[in-house]
Amino acid sequence: MNVYLDNNATTMVDPAVVEAMMPFFSEIYGNPSSLHRYGTASHPAITKAINQMYKAINASDKDDVVFTSCATEANNWVLKSVWIDKILHGEKNHIVTTEIEHPSVLSTCKFLEDQGVKVTYLPVNDQGIVEAHTVRSFITEKTALVSIMWANNETGMIFPIQEIGEICKEKGVLFHTDAVQAVGKIPVDLSVVHVDFLSMSAHKFHGPKGIGALYIRESQKLTPLLHGGEHMGGRRSGTLNVPYIVGMGKAIEIATENIEEKMAAIAAKRDRLEDALLSGLTDVFTVGDRANRTPNTILISIRGVEGEGMLWDLNNALIGASTGSACASEDLEANSVMLAIGADNELAHTGIRLSLSRFTTDAEIDYVIERFESAVSRLRAISSSYAIVQPTAGGAAAECGIHH
Amino acid sequence: MAKNDLLGGSLWDQYSNKVTTLMNNPTNQGEITQEECDAAGHKLIVADFGAESCGDAVRLYWEVDPKDDTIVSSKFKSFGCGTAIASSDMMAELCIGKTVQQAVKITNIDVEMALRDDPETPAVPPQKMHCSVMAYDVIKKAAGLYLGVDEASFEDEIIVCECARVSLGTLREVIRLNDLKTIEQITDYTKAGGFCKSCIKPGGHEAREYYLVDILAGVRHEMDVEKMQAAADAGGHGDFETMTLVQKIKAIDAVIDESVRQFLIMDGGNMEVIDIKDSPDYIDVYIRYLGSCSGCSSSTTGTLYAIESTLKEKLSSKIRVLPI
Repeated sequence: MNVYLDNNATTMVDPAVVEAMMPFFSEIYGNPSSLHRYGTASHPAITKAINQMYKAINASDKDDVVFTSCATEANNWVLKSVWIDKILHGEKNHIVTTEIEHPSVLSTCKFLEDQGVKVTYLPVNDQGIVEAHTVRSFITEKTALVSIMWANNETGMIFPIQEIGEICKEKGVLFHTDAVQAVGKIPVDLSVVHVDFLSMSAHKFHGPKGIGALYIRESQKLTPLLHGGEHMGGRRSGTLNVPYIVGMGKAIEIATENIEEKMAAIAAKRDRLEDALLSGLTDVFTVGDRANRTPNTILISIRGVEGEGMLWDLNNALIGASTGSACASEDLEANSVMLAIGADNELAHTGIRLSLSRFTTDAEIDYVIERFESAVSRLRAISSSYAIVQPTAGGAAAECGIHH
Repeated sequence: MAKNDLLGGSLWDQYSNKVTTLMNNPTNQGEITQEECDAAGHKLIVADFGAESCGDAVRLYWEVDPKDDTIVSSKFKSFGCGTAIASSDMMAELCIGKTVQQAVKITNIDVEMALRDDPETPAVPPQKMHCSVMAYDVIKKAAGLYLGVDEASFEDEIIVCECARVSLGTLREVIRLNDLKTIEQITDYTKAGGFCKSCIKPGGHEAREYYLVDILAGVRHEMDVEKMQAAADAGGHGDFETMTLVQKIKAIDAVIDESVRQFLIMDGGNMEVIDIKDSPDYIDVYIRYLGSCSGCSSSTTGTLYAIESTLKEKLSSKIRVLPI
């Protein structure tokens, strides 16, 4: 049985989304900027997609929701343009973010540090989240922007975005949230939550890859990242990617319709899987309170089983999962999220992430439980941590000298 | 970075078939018990290397025949990624049938070579070379236990890059002979630092005793010192024109002290060297007269001529002396 449990990395495009996109490749292919009928033929579909986007996050008509090529672009746009607007051409010099942001935020912040910007990387607690009071204590009068993710990709843990938004509003500091792991998974209502900018990505909620969006509260100033033909009201140039815009609109509509029901259905399967693994295996733990986690995510640490080895065995069993293990990365660096949580050093080497979707079935969950347990027992049989015969005198391992 | 690097993430595709086969079915995985060894009259050695909190830990079991030090059986346990399991398995395999003294000669490179499908293609991607190093370390530990000696005694040189087994001596020599200036050049010449990268600078995957950045800086510093000493030595042999500015000032001062200053002092005066300016045709020495010399009519004629001719004779015909 093929089971894909890596939905925090990307998702299957919903066939209903593909169907909605299809006419805009070879039938209605005109450039929406053209005056003729071929260009304007796509306008109703684009308008519909825009409406779907606004409705899904409950944006006001005074706000902008601008389509981008991906959330990486949206994150780069906010950080670099706030730098230009408020730091290069303003009195500010400081950005607050967290140490467990997505690389599209962290790497951009490192780039801005090279340009002379001060960046504070807030630590997370043992639940893997940044607490609102921590954010408050690091905002200064020089702070231009606070950029904090809504939910974390590795742990699924949900940050107190509403509280942080209120603090930023009170302090008069711009607030950006990378909501890639939140939109389509949990309710995101921007009439209740105050954010100035919000990034999202279609392929995380069963839309196509290569399209994202940036929400901009009350159409406020933000220098464009991409200059050109003044598309999207001059905010983001580049010929409108019509089929993908239509697809993103359709995908976000499906994902957010009756989202509470969808969440409950996914959470039921997730909880069943998590309970089975926790009760069926010894020496395992999961990260983060379930009630404050996206309903599809499990990050589990399995003592004595190295993450890449576990991923290998799961892959052999046709199960797709993810690991933050250093051994599975190009540079042998342990995953920064795992290290930041700091609950257990071993987590950086043994963490396996299982992320479900609304397409995950009960039969798949049963299959994963069975194969997961057999992979653990095979690898533990090999593992030195589970050896019976102890080393001879003087043969025991030294303390770990590896930098973490 | 070029066409072949555009699509990353194919880590597992770079494993050899032997590696994947052993990852799936390690043949020497397991333990050897004291009872088994006692029954055969053999000695049991169990050695650990690494730690689970590091992400790498391996345990090696040897059953050794004490009559001839032959490793009769060898098994392993590994907390580690797939390549660590495959490397450990091959390491255990290579030990079987060898004497302990022969086994100590097995290096991580032997293990990696044995895992190759064809001799020209690496068995694992560069960053995974690190996994096979553990195999080498645990063998030394086991041999140390069996022979009752410190495992450090098996290493007759300091290995800086364990993945490529490049010694401190080799690195220092290659940097010096080839006038290497960057870490990239060192990796190109020696392969050191091209695998797990721990040895390049502090803060990598593993803490090291020696780092390439420090070795490079040290050797470069030694080379600079030598270069300056060579220049100073050359200056001592009268090659005034190639001296550094400071050396020139010292040389001039020495000549003046020896041949000029005493006559000036006798007349209640003195002089000092202010600056030296080099041009293709001249070396201009700017001086200032002190005491009764300043204002003395001879200071721009006879005395000046005497100073200039002395310096020309002793140091360089290009010298012009200019009082200010």
